Amino acid sequence: MSILIGPGTRLVVQGITGREGDFHSRAMQAYGTRIVAGVTPGKGGATALDGTVPVFDTVAEAIRQTGADTSCIFVPAGGAPDAVMEAAAAGIATIFCITEGIPALDMIPAVEVVARAGARLIGPNCPGATSPGSAKVGIIPGSIHRPGRVGVVSRSGTLTYEAVQAMTDAGVGQSTCIGIGGDPIIGTTFLDILELFAADDGTDAIVLIGEIGGAAEEAAAAWAAEHLADIPKVAFIAGRTAPEGKRMGHAGAIISGGAGTAASKVTALEAAGFRVAGSPTELPALLRDAGYRG
Amino acid sequence: MKIQEADAKSLLVAQGLPVPGWEVAHTPAQARAAAERILAAGAEAVVIKAQVLVGGRGKAGGVKLAASTDEAERVAGAILGMDIKGITVRKVLVAPAADIAREFYMSAVLDRAARRILLMGSAEGGVEIEQVAADHPEAIIRRHADPLLGLLDYQAREFAFEMGLGAHIKAAVAIAKGLVRTMLAYDADLVEINPLAIVRETDATGAAVERLVCLDAKVTLDDSGLPRHPELEALRDPDEEDPADREAREAGLTFIKLDGTIGCMVNGAGLAMTTMDLVKRAGGEPANFLDIGGGARADKVAAAMRIILADPKVAAILVNIFGGITRGDEVARGLIEARAQQTRDVPMVVRIVGTNATEAATLLEQARFKTAATLDDAAAKAVAAARGAVA
Repeated sequence: MSILIGPGTRLVVQGITGREGDFHSRAMQAYGTRIVAGVTPGKGGATALDGTVPVFDTVAEAIRQTGADTSCIFVPAGGAPDAVMEAAAAGIATIFCITEGIPALDMIPAVEVVARAGARLIGPNCPGATSPGSAKVGIIPGSIHRPGRVGVVSRSGTLTYEAVQAMTDAGVGQSTCIGIGGDPIIGTTFLDILELFAADDGTDAIVLIGEIGGAAEEAAAAWAAEHLADIPKVAFIAGRTAPEGKRMGHAGAIISGGAGTAASKVTALEAAGFRVAGSPTELPALLRDAGYRG
Repeated sequence: MKIQEADAKSLLVAQGLPVPGWEVAHTPAQARAAAERILAAGAEAVVIKAQVLVGGRGKAGGVKLAASTDEAERVAGAILGMDIKGITVRKVLVAPAADIAREFYMSAVLDRAARRILLMGSAEGGVEIEQVAADHPEAIIRRHADPLLGLLDYQAREFAFEMGLGAHIKAAVAIAKGLVRTMLAYDADLVEINPLAIVRETDATGAAVERLVCLDAKVTLDDSGLPRHPELEALRDPDEEDPADREAREAGLTFIKLDGTIGCMVNGAGLAMTTMDLVKRAGGEPANFLDIGGGARADKVAAAMRIILADPKVAAILVNIFGGITRGDEVARGLIEARAQQTRDVPMVVRIVGTNATEAATLLEQARFKTAATLDDAAAKAVAAARGAVA
């Protein structure tokens, strides 16, 4: 099995008629994801993806007509927080927001509205997720995956691809790979994803890919020490050589005053039983060392 | 984006916060004239503060008092041109010296873990607040603004009373709410007042009064919010932006110069940091962090190459691209174009995988680029190439 998305996923793409929305929706559809609807206000009644997907004016209408349960947002930064809240209010259970460049303060009310609706938001500024062999939502290249039983969670985009490609090359398949996003305010944390993997009978091992800044990796490590003691866990932390006080592109990746350093994260993860790789290419071998036999 | 104290104070004033007046001077003569006006208005002395975007100005000798116009000119002359953490001081703020009865700390900051705005305060102001937080975490008062309603009046009152500002409760509540309002008005991720001070003043009748005022201000702006506040672009300080940084920003690249010899060009921040880590692991030192972003085209790649090569210390270049949105062949074309224009012969190791990697490989092979299959291999080859170039 998998988490968040799978063969039963009924996806609505918000912003499906835009350039990015169209391009990535085609890739998702080609991968086998069931895209049941698109939403572009003012284009209701039209179709997208060469006539295969109906377009609606609102998410609520898309749900009524198609039973969509998952959303993927390609709306530009100015409208993305509103698109997130629209999806949550309409009853979407799992919302992926791919959009980057959203002002952080705009996400505070959006995250709260999602929580009050009982929905889950992944991102923003995230690459999405893939459950290899059944569905992909977002922009992760489908070609890098191989179906299997290792759950992958990461804060990054291309670094995730690097790690997943290394696993696939070594014959280590994945249950679900998720990029949670690099922005300061995100809907779902490492810890949230570990909880989902812990409850998933299709996931036998964990790969966590973090980076400097914040304390989310440390929090996830503390939880894993208690609840994921028995399964193989490996990690990689980017930014070991990053100088202090410099923002490394991701709004999240900033070190200041000793907190959130690579060293603090590596120490916390190792103390929690993770094997920490020095390079993403070492992840599959470390999984084997940790006892993973998939 | 960091902005200077004087600009931060302007934003606070625009939001109605109490900030004593100030002037900005670029020369000792301007500082003297400013001091003359301030002293004539009744101040007993002026404070002259270096305007630089780095912390620790006071310790570096960049903040001084002056009791006369002569002294103001002399002090400003000493501070202007001073080097503070690698930054040359080009302007100073001149303000009336306050008669401080007590100092506090107050800030509003984006709390990532709680996904809320966090108001922080301490009765131990004017000092290293991080040290206070580390030694006496209980001395820091914290309140989260409501995510939907913002900072409510009762929250601001509770906060101010806990800080020990009961005697100035009205002003303290107004300032606390003002900090949060300033954050929201300008998409700031930090608004910090240190010190927030009770100062002794003389009112119009000559009677002694105490007043709560913001004596310093530090504001950092969320870069993602800048597009909707075009007027704030004017607060970007060209004096403190390196030409390479400016070219990178204008080309839409994220660039940070470092001290090593291996120039790095990567797509994605996490992968860029990883590439730097692996260069270091292979025994080299990265010359920069450079993220060309998603979907970069040939012209962006060429700009990135120019910026990397402008650093004379760069002895080898490592290009690492994992194509997703970014197309490998576009990057390869950009590299070929950039090399044709290159004025300096620097060895280059290129690794392109993912979207259109096969087309990229063909292009790179025809152009006789040195390539690598894995990231570890690419890092090792770049380090070896840099050694060869240096030796």
